[in-house]
Amino acid sequence: MSATLLAVQTLNGLQLGILLFLIAAGLTLVFGVMDFINLAHGVQYMLGAYLAVTGYSLTGTFWGALLFGMLGALVVGLVLELLVFRHLYDRDHLDQVLATFGIILFLNEAVRTIWGSTPLTLPMPDLLSGSFELMDGLLYPVYRIALIVAGLVVAAVLYLLVTRTRAGMLVRAGATNAPMVAALGVDIRRLFMLVFGFGTMLAGFAGILAAPILVVEPGMGDNLLILAFVVIVIGGIGSIRGAFIAALIVGLVDTLGRGFATDIAKLVMSPSAANGVGPAIASMLIYLLMAAVLFFRPTGLFPARGG
Amino acid sequence: MTASPVSTTGPATSSMVPVRRRSRETLIAAVAFILFALLPPMASALNDTFFVFFAIRVMVFAIAAVSLSLILGFGALVSFGHAAYLGLGAYSVGILAEHGYWDVTVSLPVTLLVCGLFAAITGAISLKTRGVYFIMITLAFGQMAYYTATSLSAYGGDDGLTIWGRTEIFASSVLSDRTTFYYVVLGMLILSYVIARVIVASRFGRVLQGAKQSEMRLRAVGIDPYWYRLVAYVIAGMMAGVAGALLANAAEFVSPAYMSWHRSGELIVMVVLGGLGSLAGSIVGAASFLVLEEVLAHFTEHWRLIFGPLLVLVVLFGKGGLTAMLGGGRKNG
Repeated sequence: MSATLLAVQTLNGLQLGILLFLIAAGLTLVFGVMDFINLAHGVQYMLGAYLAVTGYSLTGTFWGALLFGMLGALVVGLVLELLVFRHLYDRDHLDQVLATFGIILFLNEAVRTIWGSTPLTLPMPDLLSGSFELMDGLLYPVYRIALIVAGLVVAAVLYLLVTRTRAGMLVRAGATNAPMVAALGVDIRRLFMLVFGFGTMLAGFAGILAAPILVVEPGMGDNLLILAFVVIVIGGIGSIRGAFIAALIVGLVDTLGRGFATDIAKLVMSPSAANGVGPAIASMLIYLLMAAVLFFRPTGLFPARGG
Repeated sequence: MTASPVSTTGPATSSMVPVRRRSRETLIAAVAFILFALLPPMASALNDTFFVFFAIRVMVFAIAAVSLSLILGFGALVSFGHAAYLGLGAYSVGILAEHGYWDVTVSLPVTLLVCGLFAAITGAISLKTRGVYFIMITLAFGQMAYYTATSLSAYGGDDGLTIWGRTEIFASSVLSDRTTFYYVVLGMLILSYVIARVIVASRFGRVLQGAKQSEMRLRAVGIDPYWYRLVAYVIAGMMAGVAGALLANAAEFVSPAYMSWHRSGELIVMVVLGGLGSLAGSIVGAASFLVLEEVLAHFTEHWRLIFGPLLVLVVLFGKGGLTAMLGGGRKNG
């Protein structure tokens, strides 16, 4: 039944959107406040998942794994900030790209050396391992629903932090005009450490959430990182609201596109041609969407930077 | 370093390439071409074919690096999707061969057309933006090409496509001779280099470099850099496409991996390693990168554990690239 398929695909799309949001949230603030391009952000997602696997083998519970993974991702992120990133803020974008590319090469390989190239899995918590009936004859895993809910809660908390707290106000101000904020006596570097640490933790969190339903493998963060870039470009650099909406759009468009492009193509061409063209179109959809948004609004849907 | 006192005094003068710089550039390129030309006889004397294969690879990537150097080094456009053109060129050859079109009179125009079109469309959109946006967007378009290739199940999808032979030149299969193919690749490298040199030295090239320094000043004299950048972007894409076509011929195999974003990153590393704003440097950079990769991989399969931090250190502490270290002035990107 295609209505149930649509429902399932929509939920899957939301899931991808939530994961993308968790990655993009930290990244877009880092871009916004420091104008710093960090390719290594996707690595945090991978590290979160791997550290959670190790955390699980140490503690034997999902919750222990969650804690271990998030703290681990935070520590690695802060160490990287201290050792490398902080020396790059005043450099041009090319230097930032190269150095963070070097870090990706190193960490992907380090993960492969430590944990091996074979994909690993993280068992899901018993509490969330069942499935419930969404509608007649449609079972959907509780864990996947929980993932969506957890993501929405984080998004809500983040929204409150950014719009209602003093630190959040400074972050917004920093994204709009960083030199002015610094001139008003705010320690923008410390503010940035805060944003950065928070961002790496969120990316790690996304990795841990994804670990039980996707495979944990080296380089798993790279592809999501580029999707997160698409999200940021669509949403507008430095905007949490833009990242949230764009993440859901990208997640839905990508998932629904992959689910239905071939069927839609069959309406206008022969089945064999549709089988060839459908997947190709599906994999291009979000990039075409990005191109379209850029064409009409070059600074994204919700640009944070004024003037 | 005491050399070239003029070129480092400020951004306003750094594009006025001093005569000494230019002659050093020519010297490096000439030495590189002579070394490449001498390699096959030396390798056959040593009875070692590995070096010939390896040198073909180096030359192909040198073409791609020179093309990227044109927009990155002279236009300051950090394109993170350049490997897409390698892949598009390679797939043009592969897909045409799959349908029985082997001749260069078909594959070369198709390669140029495909890469030119892709560059014109994606460039027209991404060049409207600056800075981190441009990097992310070129990266995204590169990834689009990559995923599209993996979804082409008729042409091997993820696994890639084996090409049962090499491109024919006017219906003769001269390229199947390894030495002939080698010198054809070398010829293309020299041609690419000369074209790039001519472009850089032309009025067009000077506008491109001017736009890198100050867009506002260019606009003030009535020039809109957008079109210049777009044309440069298209030329660079087509040149990288030719490299891709050669790569497909060298390997007799095409795969989506040619356009992975890691490959794009590596191309940037080659250009920067060779020094921004030096075309000959890009050839040296491509060669050094591939040699370094080969040597490190010889010691350990985890060579990236060494290469990654090395790259970070080069960015943090070394500026100007290899050509600057080889002698002469330093130049800021």
